Amino acid sequence: MNAQVSEIRISQDQIQPEPDSPDGEHPPDSGAVESSAIRTFLLSRGNSAIADRGFKWLMVLCALSIFGIVALIAVQLVKGSQLSWNKFGFGFFAWPEGFSFGSVFKAIMDPNAPQPNYWDPVNGHFSALPFVYGTIVSSFLALFMAVPLAIGVAVFLTEMCPGILRAPLAFLTELLAAIPSVIYGLWAMFVLVPLMREHVNPLLVQVLGWTGFFNDDNPTGLGFLSAGVILAVMILPIISSLTREVMTAVPHSQREAVLALGATRWEMIRMGVLRNARIGIVGAVILGLGRALGETMAVTMVIGNSIEIHRSLLSNGNSMASVIANQFSEASDNLHLSALIEIGLALFVVTIVVNALAQVLVWAVTRGAPARVN
Amino acid sequence: MKVEINRLRSILREQTDRLVTGLAVLATVLVVAPLVAIFVYLVFKGASSLNLAFFTQIPKPVGEVGGGMANAIVGSGILLGIASMIGIPMGIGGGIFLAEFGRGTKLADAVRFTADVLNGVPSIVMGIAIYALIVVPQGHFSAFAGGVALGIMMIPTVCRTTEEMLLMVPHAVREAALALGVPNWRSVLAITVKTASPGIITGCMLAFARVAGETAPLIFTALGNTYWSTNLNHEIAALPLQIWIYAQSPYDDWHRLAWAGALVLIILIVTAVSLVRYVTSRGVLKGAS
Repeated sequence: MNAQVSEIRISQDQIQPEPDSPDGEHPPDSGAVESSAIRTFLLSRGNSAIADRGFKWLMVLCALSIFGIVALIAVQLVKGSQLSWNKFGFGFFAWPEGFSFGSVFKAIMDPNAPQPNYWDPVNGHFSALPFVYGTIVSSFLALFMAVPLAIGVAVFLTEMCPGILRAPLAFLTELLAAIPSVIYGLWAMFVLVPLMREHVNPLLVQVLGWTGFFNDDNPTGLGFLSAGVILAVMILPIISSLTREVMTAVPHSQREAVLALGATRWEMIRMGVLRNARIGIVGAVILGLGRALGETMAVTMVIGNSIEIHRSLLSNGNSMASVIANQFSEASDNLHLSALIEIGLALFVVTIVVNALAQVLVWAVTRGAPARVN
Repeated sequence: MKVEINRLRSILREQTDRLVTGLAVLATVLVVAPLVAIFVYLVFKGASSLNLAFFTQIPKPVGEVGGGMANAIVGSGILLGIASMIGIPMGIGGGIFLAEFGRGTKLADAVRFTADVLNGVPSIVMGIAIYALIVVPQGHFSAFAGGVALGIMMIPTVCRTTEEMLLMVPHAVREAALALGVPNWRSVLAITVKTASPGIITGCMLAFARVAGETAPLIFTALGNTYWSTNLNHEIAALPLQIWIYAQSPYDDWHRLAWAGALVLIILIVTAVSLVRYVTSRGVLKGAS
């Protein structure tokens, strides 16, 4: 490198200044430029145009692989569910053939009424209604429990927390997001479920049994409520960290303006921060919903795996993801497999729509700063 | 009269403020409590079952006490190796495109959006797709299929974190390299990527930790195996998969093994996440400033 630098200096010294023409114009380009050592060296190396272009297209290919993956998943799911789609159509997600809405409604409301046979691999009748019901109930239970807590944590960490505690607490909350789903399920099965069975469920039946949504037919402690609780624990860190990101994106001038008008700290948070970050918080909640919809392992272990629909939140059930996890590797009949793949396709479409909506909302508030989802 | 109403109002406002502060603290305690509970219970239950046999023996037949999960640990290692070979190069390539060649273009925006959306797709759906793509044509479950399923899950995460790290490299570094006549491709690889490499490596570790705990895509691609197997064309055991199978079984000894396996898994993941935190908080670009 040093030799080349001194070479440059030498050749710069050697370049003769152009003779000035009388009227001060620059002489025309002669075409034959003086050839210094460095110039011949550089020209002999050629340029890297081909290598550059090749590298760029290699990188473009890697980036396009992401589109490729989405297309791959979509194509495989659609191909695999053809059999079931051709046979059942949209009715797959409604009540099974041979049953009316009335009989299904009666079966849901009355714990003693006979349940229609929704999912019948033996006779080839498949209806995904119980799984849709289970997914919706467990996800919304989880949201109901997680959103207030997550926003509370975010508000505390952003506005109220003393500086020393902030980093460790934030780290702890994000550590919750890193724990694998199986371990949540393991803990839920051996700690949460007995707790629900022995203490929480009887209390709920006693206090809220009159609403009809809590009855004591299910003594196992598994069910929608347990699944909702463990899902709430799992989606909490996502909602909380995104809410924190959105709240810190609100400019300080907003906070100071509200404080200058004489607000208390809660009023400042409510009017200055939360009001501005509303859209982003909604986006964070929807992202949490998206995660809850697709969660498989923890839900499979605590939801009870029963293909029935009951009104009680304490009853066993099944969700779309958990039925796939349970039955897929043992489905021998092609129609059975195709029905499970159709459930997978529905899950895919729903989570893509929900996640896309959430990303748009969060992006609108953070203005394009990358919204990281752990 | 007006003075009293005003005094009442301001007392109400102050008390509301204190109430909300208390609620926020309560929320934080309620959130941190299950985390601490899970960790303490895991350590308590898992540590008592961890012994040397856990790391060296394969599972014993049902009913016999003892055995371990050595095949699952090795199997997880193999699956993660295949996944990294697929996921890391493609992810870094995508990140390089987003940061270096595609900045500001519509294509880059679309890729970024799709990567974020893909991150949210349930892992079991990925498993179904790979089942239809690799397992069905091959006619058997295999470690290769499991590795591919985990690999495509790594790509969006690695891509986004690589892009973020590359965006942090100051322009002066790139311009200096280009001014010295270094070809563009070489400047990107040897200068820019090298400068951001601590951050890129931590991004890969994050994706690795996330994928190490995934069970759902492995249920019908790798399937699990109770014997020693390192053959890529056969079923292979994996740590999270084994934990799931044992947890749902009715045998106490298998439950004990499941807890020990969970402890090993969580130590691995917590180490990776803490390392990531430590490196990124220390400053990513030691070579650039």
